[in-house]
Amino acid sequence: MAGLVPAIRVLRIEKTRDQAVPADIYLNVAVGGVLTGLVYGLMALGLSVIFGVVRVVNFAHGEMMTLAMYIAITLFTAFHLDPLVMLVPIASVMFVFGYVVQVRLINPFITRPDYMQFLLLVAVGIIIVNGLLIAFGPDVKSVQVSYAFDSFQVGPLIIDATKLYAAVAAIVVSAALFAFFRYTRHGTAIRACADNYTGALVVGLDVKQFYALTFGLGAACVGAAGVMLLLIVDVTPALGPAYTLLAFVIVITGGLGSMPGALLGGVLIGLTEAMAGLLFTPSAKSMFAFAILVLVLLLRPEGIMGKRAA
Amino acid sequence: MPRTKQTYQTRRRFNTGFASTLLAAGIAPFNAGRAQGAALKVGVLLPRSGYQAGIGQDCQRGVDIATGVLKDLGLPSLQFINADTESNVDVARSRAEQLIGEGAQLLVGAFDSGQSSAIAQVAEQKGIPFVINIAAAPPITEQGYKFVFRNFPTAPMILRDAFIDQKEIFAAVGAAPKSVVFLAENDTFGVAMQKAIPGVLPKFDMPYTILDTISYDPTARDLSVEVSRAKATGAEALLVVSRLNDAILLTRELIKQRWTPVMILSMGPGWYEDQYLKTLGKFSDGPLSFAPWYDPNKKLSKALDAALAKVHPGVNLNTNHVYTFEALLIAADAYKRAGSSNPQALADAIRATNITDNSSIGPGIQFDAKGQNDKILGGGIQNRNGKLITVAPGAASNGKPEWPLMPYNKRA
Repeated sequence: MAGLVPAIRVLRIEKTRDQAVPADIYLNVAVGGVLTGLVYGLMALGLSVIFGVVRVVNFAHGEMMTLAMYIAITLFTAFHLDPLVMLVPIASVMFVFGYVVQVRLINPFITRPDYMQFLLLVAVGIIIVNGLLIAFGPDVKSVQVSYAFDSFQVGPLIIDATKLYAAVAAIVVSAALFAFFRYTRHGTAIRACADNYTGALVVGLDVKQFYALTFGLGAACVGAAGVMLLLIVDVTPALGPAYTLLAFVIVITGGLGSMPGALLGGVLIGLTEAMAGLLFTPSAKSMFAFAILVLVLLLRPEGIMGKRAA
Repeated sequence: MPRTKQTYQTRRRFNTGFASTLLAAGIAPFNAGRAQGAALKVGVLLPRSGYQAGIGQDCQRGVDIATGVLKDLGLPSLQFINADTESNVDVARSRAEQLIGEGAQLLVGAFDSGQSSAIAQVAEQKGIPFVINIAAAPPITEQGYKFVFRNFPTAPMILRDAFIDQKEIFAAVGAAPKSVVFLAENDTFGVAMQKAIPGVLPKFDMPYTILDTISYDPTARDLSVEVSRAKATGAEALLVVSRLNDAILLTRELIKQRWTPVMILSMGPGWYEDQYLKTLGKFSDGPLSFAPWYDPNKKLSKALDAALAKVHPGVNLNTNHVYTFEALLIAADAYKRAGSSNPQALADAIRATNITDNSSIGPGIQFDAKGQNDKILGGGIQNRNGKLITVAPGAASNGKPEWPLMPYNKRA
């Protein structure tokens, strides 16, 4: 750690000597990183919710997101329906998908060893990727919305319109999810299932039903994130595994099972990638995201906002 | 010890055997004739999925038009066995082995230098000819391979021609950028170009200097930081080495960040791809690509253009189609001259190739002792109204360059 600081300082000095980067560029890149990070956070939120309650690690998380992206692309291509308009309907479809997956596939595995659950969800992920390949082919697909190239200028700050819309939608969806868990009877019941499985059974809660509801909510979250990300990135069936990995990096950094931690982790990773690309080299962006992960695992293994094991 | 039944040679048995031998000997030449008439099994390895899928699928269009055009040229037919490298070096290697196991008598592919290098090792090991359609890393034909042939310029050749063509264009328009920022993806091709450009630039006395080199991951999903950093250098123009997806991402970011450089000078693929033109529409106009290209005035180019219009209407003929087709042309031509599908005979015939009525720019297709076509030339292409215009070299051009790039915010 001690050796890292001088190294950074040397790089900064060289950069300054070669060419001064205007201050507004730092601001632009930082804002872009935070906006992207918020969408990352929403994507990871689904993973964190599922793990926090069901205690199942969803290895098909990114793949479920690409599934939602392809639903959005199909609706856009066939009916010119704007992805942001279709956010709620697609999230609802993903909720049903997640609910059915939990009831039909995962519930029978709840009491089985962890590795069986891992393999089951890895298999679900592979089936989704290959199903999308068969249905849509390997070509990169995107949506061309009217505001695809728009940006807002506030003084020296130029904000990508699609990133802003996606980030605002991510905040709204996250707030709705927090409110659901905090203020509704179903949300309270789910939290009870997460806190004490046996206790929840004793008081008569249908735990498996609530597990399905939670997995459905996680799937809806990642579906909503996928629809928003579609405005920022192009999609191929192979995109899923990369985002599964990214979601893991975010939730482990933020704290597995912690909802605020997932959002914080998303923003942190988004910002780190953006600033690392500017200050060092863009091709090493991911390296810095993983470096953050390693640091968190070393210094605070439960994640930034995770609960310490008793 | 049990006694086995003894067999005796009889006159009838001798006559039957003799007649069979004569019949077999008589039929043999016809068998040989059939062998020559049978289609050569060509394994076509392309990145049909993964991050290079778009370009791999585009290369496939060169395969799609091959059968008809080769027939019109009076060349023997080819039987294609397709394989997907999944844009992955290791997969490319295993697919090559698999194709040879399935009976491929010649391999063609694989668009990418890393994947082509892996396939070349397999082809050399198994003694099966491999004709590279597109791959520019010089080491592939520097290994002393006997079964590997490349009808595509190496990175230094691409650079040489790119700088010559750039100077020709600067002279034609009477303007040139004084500074550029170099954006390059960091795969095998991109890294080779990054290493080569600083060394080659002074030799050509180019009018511009490189203010910064920004390297990025070709699978990146967001290039906003890269463009922000490039913009911050204050460079007049962009010098890029990219692929299709990143070319689209870079253009989107240029528009969003409200920066129109004087010109985009691309030293590789991406910017002239059909998908680039279709995805970006009016925003795709203007960039100049310096790449191995085809001479639109050649007879074969016109035949390929017509064949492509029939099979894939609305798709512009480009490098991917032409060089993939030419790799198959080399295979069919060699098969015809070799008169056999024997790998050694095919390799010898490919080495002696001399096709002058080809499509790519330059005097034709011949291979040096290393298996490299060193006569091939690059071209300068400009996107205009969804079409590709060859603007350099003059001898192979079908239009004049337009300069500078029209600002993105003023495109109706």
